[in-house]
Amino acid sequence: MKRPRPPTWLERQRYLLDFTLSSLGRRKGKNLALAALYTLVVFALASVLLYTQALRSEAMRILEGAPDLVVQRVVAGRHDLIPGDRVERLSKIRGVQEARGRLWGYYYDASARANLTFLVPDRFWGKPGEVVIGEGVARTRLAVPGEPFPVLAADGEVVVLKVRETIPSFSELVSSDLVLLSEPDFRRLFGIPPGLFTDIALTVPNGKEVSTVAAKIRGQMPDTRPITRAEITRTYEAILDWRSGLVVLVLAAALLSFGIVAWDKASGLSADERREIGVLKAIGWDTSEVLAMKVWEGAVISLSAFLAGLLLAYFHVFVTPAPLLAPVLKGWSTIYPEFRLTPVLNPFIVSTLFLLTVVPYTVATVVPAWRAATTDPDEVMRS
Amino acid sequence: MRKSDRFLLFLALMLALLEVARLHALHRGRDRAEEVLAMTAMARRLGLTDLSLFTDARYARHPSQADRFAPFQDHPTSLEHFPSGSLVPPPAP
Repeated sequence: MKRPRPPTWLERQRYLLDFTLSSLGRRKGKNLALAALYTLVVFALASVLLYTQALRSEAMRILEGAPDLVVQRVVAGRHDLIPGDRVERLSKIRGVQEARGRLWGYYYDASARANLTFLVPDRFWGKPGEVVIGEGVARTRLAVPGEPFPVLAADGEVVVLKVRETIPSFSELVSSDLVLLSEPDFRRLFGIPPGLFTDIALTVPNGKEVSTVAAKIRGQMPDTRPITRAEITRTYEAILDWRSGLVVLVLAAALLSFGIVAWDKASGLSADERREIGVLKAIGWDTSEVLAMKVWEGAVISLSAFLAGLLLAYFHVFVTPAPLLAPVLKGWSTIYPEFRLTPVLNPFIVSTLFLLTVVPYTVATVVPAWRAATTDPDEVMRS
Repeated sequence: MRKSDRFLLFLALMLALLEVARLHALHRGRDRAEEVLAMTAMARRLGLTDLSLFTDARYARHPSQADRFAPFQDHPTSLEHFPSGSLVPPPAP
């Protein structure tokens, strides 16, 4: 009689996988609950990672347009208005192409209970008495183009401006709370006399000269604080790291409890599982086959949870407006920017998540199985 | 159908969905690129230094321009008023 051909490596793995799935099916409720919890943990971690990565990369790209250098005047440790003659002095510093005084400030809108940012563009395209408002301001004040926009001036008088247009909504990330207006209107509203500015923005075409120019400014005008674009982007990196770090910290409790559940499930073999290993060894399975079966068991649960969690997180962050995460990362303001981020899904994020979630679980399942698989089957079944 | 076939099919489906997500990211990235460029241009034209993310306090609205000792800037040992302040660190010196 011809002996049957021994199965190939691939066929053996398929048989092992079949057996593993049946074995998992025998403890369906427990394993499904574990997979659901695992998916939730991957979902939460992936959501934070995807959201902050996307926000960071978008912020960095937008802030490339920020001024090369902003010069503030500091009086008694506080930001103060800067005299206009400094504009000319600053523009004479070698390396500076252009210096221009900026006018901007905050206005607390008591009716909407919101802080608005009033800003005078370099070349305001509206007429005096008109304002161009961000989408967030329009939403909060229910303002539409052509309607009046009353503002309480510094002298207590109500100045009625007119909404010229709203800033396109795709730019809410930078413009949500902006109110653009002409220079005379700004000075009238805030009582700022001519010749004074909020700060001065400098254009320094050669990026390598920015820090030298900043040092010169500090030397020539000791009462000023120059802020470079690199410092602005660093601030944002720090904020986003800080915020995502805090969310992860909150999640840490959930992660820890999952870790305990997973470790307990994976490392402490139940009596049933130990008996199963004993029986398998008694009927002729060798240690490597038992281990392969356990690796498959870990891989089935962790791979499924990893892929499901990652996909759910992608959907949550980039298809819906991230309802679970956005309030924490965006802040607690009345004017809330509504924006969609450029999705980021690169191998770095996927592999980081994989290493953080799948590898530890799979390893945790193998170690105790190896211990049980290397002992005598009789002893395993009796213990 | 064998159980392993069903599981491998499930895995293949998940990987296909991941590929759809990657393509979606590429597609949306291309769509959004113009908008991001427009926002960069707007930042350049208006001289914007900060994102309009947290508008609840002035040091949260323009963290890059805030005083060094923000958020405790109203008076020494003043209490923090806004939850954002506990999340936005003071600007690095």
